[in-house]
Amino acid sequence: MSAIRLTDLTLGYDRHPAVHHLSGEIAAGSLIAIVGPNGAGKSTLLKGITGTLAPLSGGIALAKGKRLAYLPQSAELDRSFPIHVYDLVAMGLWNRAGIFGRIGAAAAHKVEHAIAAVGLTGFERRPIGTLSGGQMQRALFARLLLQDAEIILLDEPFTAIDARTTADLLALVRRWHGESRTVVAVLHDMETVRRAFPQTLLLAREAVAWGATADVLTPENLLAARRMVESFDSHAAPCRRDAA
Amino acid sequence: MLYDLFIGPFAEFDFMRRALVGVMALSVSGAPIGVFLMLRRMSLTGDAMAHAILPGAALGYLVAGFSLPAMTIGGLAAGFAVALLAGAVARATVLKEDASLAAFYLISLALGVTIVSLRGSAIDLLHVLFGNVLALDDGVLILLAGVATVSLLALAALYRPLVLECVDPGFLRSVSRSGGFVHLTFLALVVLNLVAGFNALGTLLAVGMMMLPAAAARFWTADITRLLMLAAGFGMLSGYAGLVVSYAAGSSLPAGPAVILAAGVVYLLSLLLGSQGGLARRALIWSHLER
Repeated sequence: MSAIRLTDLTLGYDRHPAVHHLSGEIAAGSLIAIVGPNGAGKSTLLKGITGTLAPLSGGIALAKGKRLAYLPQSAELDRSFPIHVYDLVAMGLWNRAGIFGRIGAAAAHKVEHAIAAVGLTGFERRPIGTLSGGQMQRALFARLLLQDAEIILLDEPFTAIDARTTADLLALVRRWHGESRTVVAVLHDMETVRRAFPQTLLLAREAVAWGATADVLTPENLLAARRMVESFDSHAAPCRRDAA
Repeated sequence: MLYDLFIGPFAEFDFMRRALVGVMALSVSGAPIGVFLMLRRMSLTGDAMAHAILPGAALGYLVAGFSLPAMTIGGLAAGFAVALLAGAVARATVLKEDASLAAFYLISLALGVTIVSLRGSAIDLLHVLFGNVLALDDGVLILLAGVATVSLLALAALYRPLVLECVDPGFLRSVSRSGGFVHLTFLALVVLNLVAGFNALGTLLAVGMMMLPAAAARFWTADITRLLMLAAGFGMLSGYAGLVVSYAAGSSLPAGPAVILAAGVVYLLSLLLGSQGGLARRALIWSHLER
């Protein structure tokens, strides 16, 4: 059963495609890394899957009735906002509590449990502005835990994060995999990918290779990916293949 | 003696009681909205929208004189129009939203002053620009109380998505489609409170009752719920203090500016002494580092 199915998907901004004619499916319960050079369309693909970016053509089908959680690169989060770690994490309850729902004792217990799972116990009453980068990422992972989604999308979750935090958060990713959730992570550290991700999609606007990580991350494929992004002309006609 | 200064004016004079009720109503809803404006980095947007209300209210004045419904409807219409237009211009052109807002409010201010001058006297103009908090009739008081009630209920209902939209708009988008609706409702609340404030404090000062207590409160707490309550408290305190001082000073100190000045004093004291990044506190930390 597939969790995410892409059919001839083209995504882009201002009619210039960033992801080109991508087809394939991500099986439910898989742990897959998306890698590729800068400008390969990795983050764009995640935005497409979350539905915040509408496809230019083709389609994305998510398994019915599955919840989706998405951790973007943290650019949009306002760290100076006066709010406590506890409240930031509790936002993960949105699906159950919504705008009006009460956060009862059981839910409060879940929040504390999630905070403990990422090793932030004792930080509940700290303003988020006082957290380090690694602690912030821990808090965001706690929020993901509470979202309790079947499909989890992570965009560069370990960038600029210390090794200890990366190891702890990777353990959480493995735990999700063990609970047969589908995890899709955009990553750039090949070492992490080889060690922890059974499957990989190598993206360079088009799929260069997609499959078992060892088969995908060959020197030839990586070189091909870099060449494809470099040679891609963003001022060309909106879609080369359609024009041909 | 103390009674004469602090309680006497309100016990003795109806217009002082009315003014007090008016500024209380204004600060109880305006200050929390100011907090959200500040946290969304929209302080200047509030200022620009306050100016934008002027030509609408002036048109109402031109048609019907000092008529509360006419000026209120005109102000609401102009406020909404500028809020939406400025957003649209910022999205459709190279101009950033602050620049397009500045353009709109400069035009609005000049237009409003011109329209009032067409028919009225210089005193009418002063009334429109600075309000007359000591002349609140029943209609205005009901409007102020109504706006405060609606605003507080709306803030309570939208509290979660509003906070979420400030902290992490991307996350809200990923879990809910309410972001756009929340933003528009919030802008509507801003316009509503500015129009209410306009009737008491005039276009130029109305925004002061929103922003100054909010900015002052930020120097005392790093928690959003306390911030909202503290801002409302500072607003009420400034309203009361401003009225007392203006009464004590006699006719030389007009009440509206006195209220805003009192809020200004609260802000300056907070800036100086506040426990969250106040200047005095910073100087202490600085000397600690140098040693």
